[in-house]
Amino acid sequence: MNPNEIIINIEHLSKSFNGKKVLDDINLYVKRGEFITLLGPSGCGKTTLLRQIAGFLQPDEGVITMDGKDISQVPPHKRKLNTVFQRYALFPHLDVYDNVAFGLKLAKVPEDEIAARVKKYLKLVSMSDYEDRDVNTLSGGQQQRIAIARALVNQPSVLLLDEPLSALDLKMRKDMQIELKEMHQKLGITFIYVTHDQEEALTLSDTVVVMNEGRIQQIGTPTDIYNEPRNEFVADFIGESNILNATMLCDRKVSFIGHDFDCVDEGFGENAPVDVVVRPEDIYIMKNLNGAQFTGTVKSCIFKGVHYEMFVNTDSGNELMIQDYNAFEVGSTVGMLIRPEDIQVMRKACTCNVFDGVMTSDETVEVFGVELECGAREGLSKGDEVSVEFDFDKVELLDNKEDGAEHGFVSFILYKGDRYHLTVTTDGGYKILVDTNEVWDKLDLVGISIRPEDLRISRTGKEE
Amino acid sequence: MMSARKIISKAYLWMILAILYAPIIFIAVFSFTKAKSLGNWTGFTFDLYTSLFTGANPASASLLEALQSTLIIALVASVVSTALGTLAAIGIYNLHGRRKATIEFLNNIPLLNPDIITGVSLFLLFVFLHVSKGYVTVILAHITFCTPYVVLNVLPKLAQLNPNIYEAALDLGATPMQALRKVLIPQLRPGMFSGFVLAFTMSLDDFAVTYFTAGSAGLQTLSTYIYADARKGGLTPELKPLMTIIFLLILVVLAVVNVKAFKKNKNKNKENR
Repeated sequence: MNPNEIIINIEHLSKSFNGKKVLDDINLYVKRGEFITLLGPSGCGKTTLLRQIAGFLQPDEGVITMDGKDISQVPPHKRKLNTVFQRYALFPHLDVYDNVAFGLKLAKVPEDEIAARVKKYLKLVSMSDYEDRDVNTLSGGQQQRIAIARALVNQPSVLLLDEPLSALDLKMRKDMQIELKEMHQKLGITFIYVTHDQEEALTLSDTVVVMNEGRIQQIGTPTDIYNEPRNEFVADFIGESNILNATMLCDRKVSFIGHDFDCVDEGFGENAPVDVVVRPEDIYIMKNLNGAQFTGTVKSCIFKGVHYEMFVNTDSGNELMIQDYNAFEVGSTVGMLIRPEDIQVMRKACTCNVFDGVMTSDETVEVFGVELECGAREGLSKGDEVSVEFDFDKVELLDNKEDGAEHGFVSFILYKGDRYHLTVTTDGGYKILVDTNEVWDKLDLVGISIRPEDLRISRTGKEE
Repeated sequence: MMSARKIISKAYLWMILAILYAPIIFIAVFSFTKAKSLGNWTGFTFDLYTSLFTGANPASASLLEALQSTLIIALVASVVSTALGTLAAIGIYNLHGRRKATIEFLNNIPLLNPDIITGVSLFLLFVFLHVSKGYVTVILAHITFCTPYVVLNVLPKLAQLNPNIYEAALDLGATPMQALRKVLIPQLRPGMFSGFVLAFTMSLDDFAVTYFTAGSAGLQTLSTYIYADARKGGLTPELKPLMTIIFLLILVVLAVVNVKAFKKNKNKNKENR
């Protein structure tokens, strides 16, 4: 790509607060004139990233370049970009005109030009007649328009927007989305937009950057992100989805929910464990059982406005979410069909929990910061460095967090059609993956227990 | 018909008010007569007022001098502590966790510390540093005990602030100094003003700290003057009109501030409607 097309480039950016990594090795480039959205749940680091681009925070590691020049150490008032803040941040002691003119006055722009530009940008945000109004008398939506005008009037080459619409009600938010998109097309400047609202991201953006836990999960166009999520987090976060355990039998053939399906993915190897994502609107549901790939029983059917949302138990005991324009009677047997191109195959991040550990005696091993009973193991003795593996479904979660060898909280939940796949973050910051049929809520505190015989221990340290 | 209960509660209120204000009214009334001994009415006259301002009586001349010193000290001390206190408050606001709590705690100590201890310890400090006592030491001492009051008045204003407002100013091209001057200070002004007024009055009627830091070169403020005067036996009669005037001034200032606040509230209610 032509380097002139890139306006902002971020390389190996990391940031920690109080020893906790909020951004971990972020690499991202922003093309000139594009509308790029940083999307993720709260606490994923998207706002921290934006604040570093704006200059309110200094990166611990890495560089941010703008137009080819390193701006990592440049203070915010010297950066050629402007920000629209989440809660407007208008200056309450100034009227609308003086708020919008604030940046121009500081830049010592001649008075008559200030007047002309303020007028022009107030018109752009449809607030022409409000020049003399006290900003405290404006509604939330009007204040946000003034905040947008105040930023744009400086004609920055990049506009940063930090969840600008999150404080507005739904109807107003939809209107403002359309207006923002129009403004972007009209002005041709680069927008970097932060939101936790996936629909907003898909509606507005040229490029979506999905973030979670300080890392970029996927970068792509809205259709890429929706149709081809790269991992289970993206699949779960963007839209509704059925995420299922599967086995890639060979190229273009995948097996899940007890049936073999044709698909369009290749290169995963033979009999490889994978995850598949099937969007609820991509499962065809019919009364006729003949042409169906598999059958099931309708468990529930709810009208959602445009479509019906149904949960169907398949013949193999999996639960699928299906959206269809037609309602199917609860309790009836239905046939279902999935087309090859609607099956998105994802490589599994891991197939079991693996941690490094150390034998602390002949019968105990220290792993993820705690000592576990493991029973006597042949050939292993105190001080040996080992690798400890255990399966997702061999971890027992306990109601009382004081029970068990270690405790933590449930940080991520995925329903996989026949079981829940949880991520439990321990007090030591380790992540343990758990398969369970029990229902847990996010942020539940749990005790963690693993039976000694379920630990697979092998020596990794050098032979003495 | 008023119930007995209501009558009693009204009577109680008026009694409390009478007890509170009787001494002041007493002084005000007797400022209009010329008798040397208090409580002796020898006919209505403005003589004490004229002699207070013309300095006809040598005692009243030094009284005026003490008044002047008091005002100069109060003004300088409260202006300086308003500036220091505001900057300190901004600093404290930007701290986090334990450090913030510690500094806020340290800020509160001078408020609760008995004046006499502040006075004596400052006295010892100035002796130790060989600072000759006079205006400078009194003003420094007053700044010391006034600044925490300003900090305490500005901090809540900072807490009410939209945290992004300062960043918004930087973002629009303001240097940190410009952002402070054009955005933060205008927002903090009400807190700074009430801090200033509080500092001014604290300085105005301080006795203990002034007594220990004024030195023996003859610097007198109102409070130390009156103390010395009373020890000599009998107060200068011109004190009565001076007290009356100060009381009336305070009354007027309070009334103006309250009426202003009332009007502002009314306007706000109108706009909200």
